[in-house]
Amino acid sequence: MKIIVPIKRVVDPYVSIRVKSDETGVDTGGVKMSMNPFDEIAVEEAVQLLEAGTATEVIAVTIADSSSDETLRSALAIGADRAIRINCETPLQPLSIAKVLKNIVEAEGAGLVIMGKQAIDNDNNQTGQMLSALLGWSQGTFISEQTIDGDTVKVTREIDNGLETLTLKLPAVLTTDLRLNEPRYIKLPNMMKAKKKPLDTKNFADYGIADDAITAGFTVQKVQEPPTRKAGIIVDSVAELIEKLRDEANVI
Amino acid sequence: MSVLIIAEHNNSELNSSTLNTITAGTELGDVDVLVAGENCADVANAVAAINGVNKVLHADASHYGHHLAEELTPLILGLAENYEHILAPATNFGKNLAPRVAALLDVAQISDITEIVSSNTFIRPIYAGNALATVQALHAKKVITIRTVSFEAASEGGSAGVESISAGEQVGLSSFEGQELTVSERPDLATAKTVVSGGRGLGSKENFAIIEALADKLGAAVGASRAAVDAGYITNDKQVGQTGVVVAPDLYIAVGISGAAQHIAGMKDSKVIVAINKDPEAAIFNFADYGLVADLFDTVPEMTNSTKIS
Repeated sequence: MKIIVPIKRVVDPYVSIRVKSDETGVDTGGVKMSMNPFDEIAVEEAVQLLEAGTATEVIAVTIADSSSDETLRSALAIGADRAIRINCETPLQPLSIAKVLKNIVEAEGAGLVIMGKQAIDNDNNQTGQMLSALLGWSQGTFISEQTIDGDTVKVTREIDNGLETLTLKLPAVLTTDLRLNEPRYIKLPNMMKAKKKPLDTKNFADYGIADDAITAGFTVQKVQEPPTRKAGIIVDSVAELIEKLRDEANVI
Repeated sequence: MSVLIIAEHNNSELNSSTLNTITAGTELGDVDVLVAGENCADVANAVAAINGVNKVLHADASHYGHHLAEELTPLILGLAENYEHILAPATNFGKNLAPRVAALLDVAQISDITEIVSSNTFIRPIYAGNALATVQALHAKKVITIRTVSFEAASEGGSAGVESISAGEQVGLSSFEGQELTVSERPDLATAKTVVSGGRGLGSKENFAIIEALADKLGAAVGASRAAVDAGYITNDKQVGQTGVVVAPDLYIAVGISGAAQHIAGMKDSKVIVAINKDPEAAIFNFADYGLVADLFDTVPEMTNSTKIS
């Protein structure tokens, strides 16, 4: 079974972002970039399935400009077999990404897609579910565990007040939550090996993707700083804290 | 035009997230609510009694009993032509379901909105709430998920009609095996008036008991930072933050939490924030109304045992 793992390059989670003063977006110039953390978990899970002999091939895919090549190399260093970058200068929206991925999944004949539940830049949490819908596949979202058994996969999902277990018919799209695994540390020899693995650059036309599949469904009119909380006070003791909460804030 | 809201419920009780979604819906038009489930007539009747609801659509079938996205999607698609807006709460229920509907309607989804500017323009947090995007939907039909803490809960008092609608065929792509719900006497984290959260500063799973004791004293829900979850002190469903539950209680007490951006994103809309941390440089103090620089192992039990809190 071939597994496709879509990945996205995002501002590193430990970087404090700056909103541009003209309110057109978030400043990403000169900022440290990394693989979206949920995608890293997805790559790790797919590679574990490869190492267990359940998967035959793991293909990392992104839709982005050439700066994402290094992110694909990270996926190859974790252990993906090869990578595909669909060249695209402007970032696409989730529905368009799902449409492009659908054509790639079909062209590759993949039997499973594992991807992050959300990218930590736009926090949409849509693409996996949309891809599953367009393919007519089952979906296992926000998973913390999966077990493939023949033509089904059993998943444990994070739900709002606990965990839920579902059995999905394969093929399926799975989206990862934090506790699914701990991505491995990439060792230098694996980074060297990754440089020799195939990374193909393709265009939309190579996968028969028409222009109307990638038109925008919304426009971002402005991006602003959130209102900041005004600074509070430091209290000296538990007694003072309780007094403030009771008599000043009226919350206890 | 009308608004269709997908109710979240467990077949016997309505989830309060639906109440917030109804309030958002009434800002956009006449609200119809779909209650799809198994033997869920009580829920349909409960929704009919909520202010602002125009009509309840009740679909009952065994294959809707576990609210699987694959099963509910065709039902919603069949209703979609009558509505300009389709809304669901941005809970794990709505997040799982709404994009599947949007994709098959071939329209964009606008996720996790915190404010409605106009019928096609919405504000939503991005980058873990470190920026707010104003987004204009370009498609005639809009699929939207609602950040529940940003909208008031609709109150009771309505008297809408309940219309039974026929269920679709079972899709059968997925099946429910079971669930493990956290059983707690404490209030629900997402809607509690008071939340006491613990972080890595607690040091162990056993020590988390002092957080629980304070929560019980205050009638509060228990939360945690991602660091505490990752360290195994508490289950993931208690995680407050960008990747967990977003809360906005009247009082949020952060104990032994440093204040990583991803945690702040999940609690910064709380009315009053208290931080207890022994590190005076901890980022959490920048967001707190009241800060106490002290050892949590002394101060938290002192609070719990205080006779000044009833």
